[in-house]
Amino acid sequence: MTSALGKDLLDLESLTPEQISLVLDTAVPFKEISERAIKKVPALRGQTIVNLFFEASTRTRISFEFAEKRLSADTVSVASSGSSVSKGETLVDTARNLEAMRIDMVVIRHGASGAAAFLAERIESNVINAGDGTHEHPTQGLLDLLTLRDHFGSLEGLRVCIVGDVLHSRVARSNIWGLRKMGAEVAVCGPKSLLPHAIAELGVQVFPRVEEAIEWAQALNILRLQLERMTSGYIPSLREYNRVFGVTRERLERAKHEVLIMHPGPMNRGVEIDSDVADGPHSVILNQVTNGVAVRMAVLYLLAGGNPELAEAAKGGGER
Amino acid sequence: MAEEIVELNDGTADLIVVGIQRRGVQLADRIVRTIQEREHVSVPRGALDITLYRDDLQTVGPRPVVGPTDLPWNLDGKRVVIVDDVLYTGRTVRAALDELADFGRPSRVSLAVLVDRGGRELPIHADIVGKKFSIDAKDRVDVLVDELDGRDAVVVVRAERS
Repeated sequence: MTSALGKDLLDLESLTPEQISLVLDTAVPFKEISERAIKKVPALRGQTIVNLFFEASTRTRISFEFAEKRLSADTVSVASSGSSVSKGETLVDTARNLEAMRIDMVVIRHGASGAAAFLAERIESNVINAGDGTHEHPTQGLLDLLTLRDHFGSLEGLRVCIVGDVLHSRVARSNIWGLRKMGAEVAVCGPKSLLPHAIAELGVQVFPRVEEAIEWAQALNILRLQLERMTSGYIPSLREYNRVFGVTRERLERAKHEVLIMHPGPMNRGVEIDSDVADGPHSVILNQVTNGVAVRMAVLYLLAGGNPELAEAAKGGGER
Repeated sequence: MAEEIVELNDGTADLIVVGIQRRGVQLADRIVRTIQEREHVSVPRGALDITLYRDDLQTVGPRPVVGPTDLPWNLDGKRVVIVDDVLYTGRTVRAALDELADFGRPSRVSLAVLVDRGGRELPIHADIVGKKFSIDAKDRVDVLVDELDGRDAVVVVRAERS
């Protein structure tokens, strides 16, 4: 299956700006489909897609399921807890067994970085990375890019700061790759303990204080602070995190310009982001969710690309 | 053509003109404008992109670009007129009919095309035709519109013959 994106979508690091633009442009007409009374088009009719989620996830899995069903594909979701994985079956065996049932695409979320690529090399189906360890979450990166583009018109030269636990964040990494490829300026901000040592090597600025980040940025992408970080010693307490790095209304008001607020979800209200910011007029968090379904539909549509050999054979019939 | 459309539909009540992307949309615009001038009625104009309903999506090669569909009405009981530039095999219209069915149940759907070049592969016919040609399968017919191409023209491109 040749397509403009290749066989799989594993990361944004390997995509060209043209490929990223193609996904964003393709997502635009797909948004309209979710506004129709009958939210379904036959584009992927007859395709079988398996959602293989080895890590618990509700929003990403549901978003993919909606995207798949709205394209008329048949979908099956496998959650790790109820599956044979808990009985010790390997990742490859699980996928090969599914492939033996003739599936077309696999959407995989896994706790190990590189799991999606590992799988893609071993099965014929298209593989979409829905998040692998701390490596990348490409569809989240793409929907964030679309949300920014919707608001600002263009990503070129845009100043975006990612705030929070960048160290453990695959969303941050995908955003950094995607934004840089599209010509945006990227910065990160967070406690030193939660920023990777050599992060500047990815071409990003580092702000030690959130006030500086807010002053500089046109948009903030605020990452969820996982509650476990407190117990593992990365930060002293959630309250202190909010006091020093929390994105609050007071901090935003001190900036001399409007700052767009984004968050991949789920939010810890009162920790990394205050409620009045999350629900405020500059928040596009819900737009991100809407864009998520459209972007995933675009990715599925583009990956399930036509087969050129069949195209040659079919040349006899025309269009119109 | 605008006149025939109004006559065919017994007036402009419940009339919606829907152009098929891309050039059908510009033609639909002109029809709606003409109806406005003659009947002093503003008929709604929708746009339909049929890419996702094509019957050759799996075999056509790299994914075709999907254009915008703009049809913000429920079509129940409406008289829909599909407008396209060229009618050939009829597969585009078949796709358009399938897509329209997802927006409601029109009381009537009619088809207006600028050029009918023959060569139907499905039982589809146009109710209103600008001009009929009989064109060889090897040749192509392109309609150019001022809004997109800088001029209005119907161009027949003949393939090389040995």
